[in-house]
Parts: sequence; structure tokens; C-alpha cells
Amino acid sequence: MKKVIMGNHALSHGATLARVQVIAAYPITPQTQVVELLSEIVADQKLKAAFIKVESEHSAMAACIGASSAGARAFTATSSQGLALMHELLHWAAGARLPIVMAEVNRAMAPPWSIWSDQNDSLSQRDTGWMQFYCQSNQEVLDTVIQAYKICEKVLMPAMIVLDAFSLSHTYEAVDIPDQELVDRYLPPFSFKYKLDVNDPHTFGGLTKPDWYMEFRYKMHEALEQALPLIKEEGKRFGDMFGRAYDTLDPYRVDDADTVLVTSGTAASTARYTVDKLRRKGKKVGNLRVRVLRPFPFADIRRELANAKKIVVIDRNISFGYHGIFAQEVKSALYGHCSAPVFCFIAGLGGRDIFPETIEGILAECGRAKKPKQDIYWVEVKK
Amino acid sequence: MPKSRKKIQFNNLGELPPMAMSLRSMAANPTGSWRNLRPEIRYEDCIQCMICWKYCPDAAIELDGEKPVINLDFCKGCGICAEECPKKCIAMLKEGK
Amino acid sequence: MKPPLPVEEYMSPGHLACQGCGAGIAMRTTLKAFGKDTIFTFPACCWTVIDGPFPYSSLEVPLLHTAFETTAAAAAGVKAALDILGQEQIKVVGWAGDGGTFDIGIQALSGAAERNDDIFYFCYDNEAYMNTGIQRSGATPYGAWTTTTPVKHFKKEVKKSIDDIVAAHRVPYQATGSVAYPEDLFKKIVKAKGISGFKFLHILAPCPPGWKARPDDSVKLARLAVQTGVFPLYEVENGVYRQTIKTPSRKPVLEYIKLQGRFKHLTNEEINEVQARVDSYYQLLEKRFQD
Repeated sequence: MKKVIMGNHALSHGATLARVQVIAAYPITPQTQVVELLSEIVADQKLKAAFIKVESEHSAMAACIGASSAGARAFTATSSQGLALMHELLHWAAGARLPIVMAEVNRAMAPPWSIWSDQNDSLSQRDTGWMQFYCQSNQEVLDTVIQAYKICEKVLMPAMIVLDAFSLSHTYEAVDIPDQELVDRYLPPFSFKYKLDVNDPHTFGGLTKPDWYMEFRYKMHEALEQALPLIKEEGKRFGDMFGRAYDTLDPYRVDDADTVLVTSGTAASTARYTVDKLRRKGKKVGNLRVRVLRPFPFADIRRELANAKKIVVIDRNISFGYHGIFAQEVKSALYGHCSAPVFCFIAGLGGRDIFPETIEGILAECGRAKKPKQDIYWVEVKK
Repeated sequence: MPKSRKKIQFNNLGELPPMAMSLRSMAANPTGSWRNLRPEIRYEDCIQCMICWKYCPDAAIELDGEKPVINLDFCKGCGICAEECPKKCIAMLKEGK
Repeated sequence: MKPPLPVEEYMSPGHLACQGCGAGIAMRTTLKAFGKDTIFTFPACCWTVIDGPFPYSSLEVPLLHTAFETTAAAAAGVKAALDILGQEQIKVVGWAGDGGTFDIGIQALSGAAERNDDIFYFCYDNEAYMNTGIQRSGATPYGAWTTTTPVKHFKKEVKKSIDDIVAAHRVPYQATGSVAYPEDLFKKIVKAKGISGFKFLHILAPCPPGWKARPDDSVKLARLAVQTGVFPLYEVENGVYRQTIKTPSRKPVLEYIKLQGRFKHLTNEEINEVQARVDSYYQLLEKRFQD
């Protein structure tokens, strides 16, 4: 059924179709509509789920950890400050190997207060063990929630579905909401081998000395390495069943491009538009959208960028004292594999718009330079 | 959970569960070695009130019917049983050397 | 004669509690009242370590270790899951120390109490952060030495009244307990098991190293705390207070204090101060008791 809905509601529908069983969430702009619609859906008994109206995001993740440990499919949604508050428990959920899926609306961190789009919040969590999917359309958001549960429950690691504040969360797009029956055929019920079970009692998370802690960390890393081919497999299977395939990366006119713009989230849509415009002028530009940041798709990145003569990364985030985070990760993946120069641009922080002109400006700034004149370029900063 | 005195060994990564979970009881850990004092019940005076059994923080006193039997493999020698015994028929004796 | 409590143990010996640990008695008694169909969650607390390291455990029921602040929230999550999965008969117990209840865990506790989540919240109270080496908490009583309230700066603030805080949430059932009165605690838990909604049990659990007391005095101290009125035993059912162990003529507080090295430095004047505070709070509470 096709409906024009906002990104947040695409999440609500995705969670409903995934038959989540416990939702624990705390309100924060710009996520509120996710849980508001879910509340209605649960109240209308269209979804059999418990909705715990927790008193903070920290408790939201704690409740999800409890629920998932007991064998229920758990879901939550948050953004910026809320995600930061959950940080301790993101480590916990991953270490406990719980297949929790969370919607994360990229919103700038305070102070100063900002409700607009920025990736620092989610990227600050990239070391926790959570898979990260950066979405660029409401359709992808809905589809990825469903795929995420399948992947998470196989590898036993949690995942966050990341979307831009307002430019996706509150933007209305046409979305095909699949039939429940079809989703049920794709996504089986959650069956947790290691759940809390009174008929087979165990203690989870007990003190572990140095002689075994490292092995548990190794297993977590191994699980994410196993997730990578699984993400591609499931993206393809989803495509076969629902007509929309997904992968770790989303390349657009990259094959014969001299210059490749590397972007994520909604900036990719703008990049795509700009690529087409510049192509009509004869410029050989392409766009590589990074969809999956964790687990990091080393092989896919290296393959897609193998022939690029110039790589321009647009980061809607900044690691203070270093430079953009996607740029860091791309650069280190290419080291020893591809010697094309990587330009790092910081744009769109705090929700500042990234227009096609912005991107054209970025490319102009790179100019004919064979390599970057500086480690970090700030876009349109008033000096 | 399996109760055994043997400590668990993992021979390879495959034997380790995905997350830290218990696989055996702490009954594999005989805490009797912690003792400095050892309780001894004078059964001729014991009225089998089971108060000593009731209070033991370590479940180291078992009941044989109504008769309390101290499990010296686990008794830490805290002395609560001796202190609470209404007949004062539990002596705390110096352990070992 | 019948044993005073059910014989079956749900806790094995061999755990790592100190000799004479009040928390050990509290857990053992509580487990007997709950039985097999129970799931526990622990935050960081003494029992995190007492239960034993991976790959062992001394509990015979499922246990989920969680982060310090999260006891009530994690327990609420477990319960919600069990209900959705059709296993409503399983009881969920959040089992926390005083630090994880009075201080860092109080937000989650308040949230769960206000939502009337159908869980049991047990606070075993040894009156300081004992697991990390005896630092003061909001539960440390006036006058006590701890490593962060050394003798020259002993704790001047009174013990936070967690029972009044929980009562303000109008929960269906709450009670206090003492490890010296296991039958009283057992009865309260059995009653609570028949009640739906948020249930809070606050148990005084003496700590020999933290209180600087003899290990064999733990039960005696837990009894004196009740008999002096320092820790009255009562239950509150839908707002109705009932004292379950009556103390018509309270013993002087000095009898309780003199057995604990953590109060050794108190002057007579300061001990009178303690007595006055105990009297004042007890009298306030007494007015609420109905018979």
C-alpha cells in the first residue's frame, strides 16, 4: 500500500511490520512522531506490544536490554542528547549480544541547543559495537528496520537506523508499506537461544577476568565481520521479495567517474542531483553513498573507489582536533589500496542546508589540485 | 545448573558462549578454606530449633530431617550460628594449626 | 517441628560474600519465598561479585547483570517481555544495594514506581557503597564513619528516607525487612506475590567490614536496629501502614551503636543527637501505624 508519510512514521510502520514486542522510548525532538504513532498503533491493538513510557533514554535502553534478554523483540528511538545519554548502555547492549534495533535521528549535539541535522551524535557511538545504517529515503528507513531485525537476530548484535533530522524525519515522501504477510515470510519471530529462562537458569554478564574478556570482544568483532556479507545477502533477498534491493554502499555513476563525491544520508540525494547536472556539462563526477558504516565495508569501498582520480568526502560531522569522520574512515580503508587524493569537507553542521550549489562550490574548491592543500576544508563558514 | 567440584575448562573459542553466561554453580568453589574458626554442634544439647540453619548466610548448614549438619566444605566460620543458637550448643573452635 | 522456612535452597554455598554478610541472609530468605518461577536483575552492587565470576553463579534462578543506574528499568523491560510472551506467572525481581537505590538508581526506581510496573524492587541496605570499599551513600546514617566520611568529617546528613520517597509514589505495596526476622520477611514477600503492580522491599543487611562489627553479630545488629526503632519493621498496603514487629518499649540506640566501630568516635552528645533523631522519626511513623 503506497502512502505519503514522514520519515518518522516510516519508522513506526517498519517497527509495526517487524512485529516488535517491547517498545521503551522517551520523547525528544525530532523523534517524537515515531513513538506517538506507535502508541496509537498499540492502543488500537494493531500491534501486540508493551509500550513502556520510560523516564529517560538511559532507562529506555535499559528496558530494551531487559526485554531483549527475556526473548522479546525490542525497539526504541532517540536522537542527539538522548543517544548520548544512552551511551553507557549501547556498550552494554552490544556486549550482551542483544539484537535490539533503534531508530536514531541525527540531530546536532548541544550546547548550544539545536534541533537540526548533524551526524556527530550517531558517529560518537561508532565504537560501541552497534551496526549503523545511514538512510536517505523514507522507503529505505522502513525497509531497513525490517532487514535489521533479521540481520541482528542472526549475528546477535544490535543496530541503529540513522536518518537526518527534519530533512528525512519530517519530510513526506511516498512510501510503499508492504503487506504484513510478506514481511512475516521474510522475518520469522524472534527465537533467542540465550534468553532468561526459568527452566534453564543462567546468569548473564558476570565478572570476567582478563583470561576470557578478550575472547568475548573477539566474538563481538567476529559477529560484525559475519554481518557484512549477511547485510548484502539480506539486502538482495529483500530485493527479490519486495522489489527493492539494498547493499552496504549505493554507488551512482561511479564506474567511469574521475571525481567521486562520498556522502551519506540526505546529502547524497543532493549530491546525486548535482552529479547529473555536472555530467550534462561533461564533467565525469559520481556519487558514492555510504549506507552501512558499521560493520565497515572495507572491500566494497576499495572496489568502488579503485578507479577514482579524486575522492571528495562531504562530512556532516566533525571530530574536533581531527577532521570529518567519514573521511577518516575512507582514507584509512584506502591506505595501501588506492592512492587517489581524499579531500575532506565539513558541511551542513547544525542543519545548515547542503544545496546543489554548495556541492558545486566544494568541487570548485578542489579545483584542479592534484591533492588537498589542507587536511580539512570548512564549507561556507563565515569568517 | 550443574553442581560439580570441577572447574570449567574451555579448550577452544567454539566452546565459549557468545556472551558471558554462567555454566556451572559456585558450589565448585569450596569456601571452607576461608575459616579461622570452625563451628562444632554439641548434639546432646541441640533442640533442633533449626535457627542456625535459618540464619546461615552461606547455606552451609544442611538439614538431616530436623538435625542441622554443618557443611565444612563451605562454612566460612562467621559464627552467626553459634551466636544465635538459643542453647549455646555450638562452639567456635580454632581451625587447623 | 516444621522448619521455619521452606527447605529448598535456590542459592548454592561457595558464593563470595564476606563472613557474616547480611546480604547473604537476605538473598537466601528471599529466594525461598520466590522459588523457581523468578528472574532477578542486579545492578552493580555487592551481589554482582558475591554471585561469582564467569562461568559460575550461585543462584539457581536466571539472573541478568545490568548497569548501575538501571535496576528498575531493566526489571520493567524483562517483565514487559514475559507478559507479551505469555509468561505472566514469572516474577521479576530487581535486587539492588542502597547505592543503586537511594542514589544512582533513584530515577529509574521513581519511574517504575510511578508507572506501577509489575515488578518487585528489593533494596538490600548495608548503608554505604560497600562493594567499592565502604564509601558513603545517601543511605549512610548520621554519625557513621565511611572512607569518604572519615572520623574528622563523619556523615552529618541524615539517612535518606527511601521508604517515604517510595510511598509518595502511592505504590500498592511496600515493606521494610530485617535479616534478623526472616519469617517476617518471608510473609511479606508471599503477600506481595499476590499483588499486581510495583512492590518495594527495603531490607537492612548488616555488613561486618563496613560497619566495623564482628561477623557473628550481623543478626544481632539487624535485630537491635529493629528493637531500638532505628529500622522499624512495617508494611504499607495501598497507603495503610501496619507495624509487623511491634516495639512497645524501644531499647536505647546506644545498645545498637556500641557494637559498631563505625560509630566509635561519637561523643555522648552526638549519641544523644542520634537518639533524638531516631525518636523523632519513629514517633512520626508511629502515628501512621494502624492496627
